[in-house]
Amino acid sequence: MQESIIQIQHLSKTFGGGENAVRALEDINLDIRKGEIFGIIGLSGAGKSTLVRCMNLLERPTSGKVLFDGKEMTALSEKELRLARRDITMIFQSFNLLMQRTCLKNVCFPMELCGIPAAQAKKRAAELLELVGLGDKADAYPVQLSGGQKQRVAIARALATDPKVLLCDEATSALDPTTTASILDLLKDLNHKLGVTVVVITHQMSVIEEICSRVAILDGGVVAEQGAVEEIFSHPTTDAARRLVYPAGVSAQQYPVGTHAVRVAFNGGTAYQPLIASLAIDCGVKVNILGADTRNIDGKAFGTMLLGLPDDPSEAAKALQYIRSQPDVTAEEVEYHA
Amino acid sequence: MLETIAAFWADYGNVLIEGTWESLIMVFLSTILAYVIGVPLGVALIVTQPQGIRPHRVLYGVLGWIVNIGRSLPFAILLVAIMPYTRLLVGTAIGVRGAIPPLVISAAPFVARMVETSLSEVDAGVVEAAQSMGASPLQIVRKVYLPEAMPSLVLGGAISVVTILAYTAIAGMVGAGGLGSIAIQYGHNRGITSLMWVTVVFLIIFVQIVQWVFNWWSKHIDKRLR
Repeated sequence: MQESIIQIQHLSKTFGGGENAVRALEDINLDIRKGEIFGIIGLSGAGKSTLVRCMNLLERPTSGKVLFDGKEMTALSEKELRLARRDITMIFQSFNLLMQRTCLKNVCFPMELCGIPAAQAKKRAAELLELVGLGDKADAYPVQLSGGQKQRVAIARALATDPKVLLCDEATSALDPTTTASILDLLKDLNHKLGVTVVVITHQMSVIEEICSRVAILDGGVVAEQGAVEEIFSHPTTDAARRLVYPAGVSAQQYPVGTHAVRVAFNGGTAYQPLIASLAIDCGVKVNILGADTRNIDGKAFGTMLLGLPDDPSEAAKALQYIRSQPDVTAEEVEYHA
Repeated sequence: MLETIAAFWADYGNVLIEGTWESLIMVFLSTILAYVIGVPLGVALIVTQPQGIRPHRVLYGVLGWIVNIGRSLPFAILLVAIMPYTRLLVGTAIGVRGAIPPLVISAAPFVARMVETSLSEVDAGVVEAAQSMGASPLQIVRKVYLPEAMPSLVLGGAISVVTILAYTAIAGMVGAGGLGSIAIQYGHNRGITSLMWVTVVFLIIFVQIVQWVFNWWSKHIDKRLR
């Protein structure tokens, strides 16, 4: 068992009071481990953003505890909390850069806040911009950058205080698929190189598949399921998980319990491969399309498909092996549960 | 035509130059002092508002109340009402000196609202980002709110200057000096309408120049317009 970096214990958050009270989060328990990439997924309104803001106390939980590196965040004074926030930084969907500052000055900003001498801050900021691949943009203003570049500056800024945890609040939701992929690669790379723990909040299943090792599914303010990504994807046991894991329009109730199926995710292959047809021709295995939600973006295939596999185990295995051998396609076996 | 102008200038040139100079001094000093009071007030309103970085219901309520009172008092009435205090403060209630205290008292709440509006345009996400990095409220004001809102604050500055200029014309009614006084003393009281219209032209030119300079300044510093 690895060491924990963030532990959330019996956390609840209620907005407002009396009759208008909204219970945003209820009895959340999470354990995020040092050095991992942890995903929190849910539909809009599930409470993801509130949950991530409870981790750095931008939102104060109504009850429960947040432990960061063993420290109880909820018990810190304002001043201690400000110091703690240098270790648990954040990036946002809308980047939130200072528009009147150059990229370099944006990255210097958190260092200014903690009184690092200007020359030293500038030097480190230049290094960080180099690290995120924007060494040539030091003197550019945010308005001159693309969305992906802005997020890279935001990442450099978030790393300036050498944090232990990087919180990503829908960090790729405003970006196109290609840029999303490059930002996710960068996050993975930074996690690997710097050992920074990454917490990813998203509504996109593909983001979780791409970089997370463990995931929690948030639904209606409660954690519906949590565990290893492959585990959750192949055996979703709750409705909330099924809704996310199965393509849109596929309802588990439609099919008999025990249907052997495979969930195929297209992760941006160069073209729409005639996967089903070639499966039939190359392997002689016929599969049943139970549901599909795929999109063609810039000639690349994205989305998921749920295929019903033949009852014969050897044929099913053959089909699975074939699908998995395709480039830019991932496949998870799925078992329907009642 | 030229002779008429020359004769007019010979008669009233000095009066006009002096009046313009007095107007400039009144506007300049009052604007500076109104901002010295108005900026902290506007900042305090933003910081203490319910969604602010340091919400404080009572302080926000009291400040808002003070500002609204200041804003609702007509300048002409305030000018007369505080004359005894003006005398205490600057030794006289007339002339340029006597005009400055009522101008500042009247303009400061106006400036406070202008500043509040400009600061409220700053993206809440950017403020949240600063908080997430451990910025203190004072740091957020100094390093986020004010610099990010600067282009808008400058544009607001033009409106403040022009408003204060209009107030100085009213102050002219009670002998504050400046172009407003000339228009009233010569134009209205003595019936020299030509001089009155010349002061009006001077005022129009002044307003145009102020607007032009502040627009240019705001654009020049706004890094969102590259």
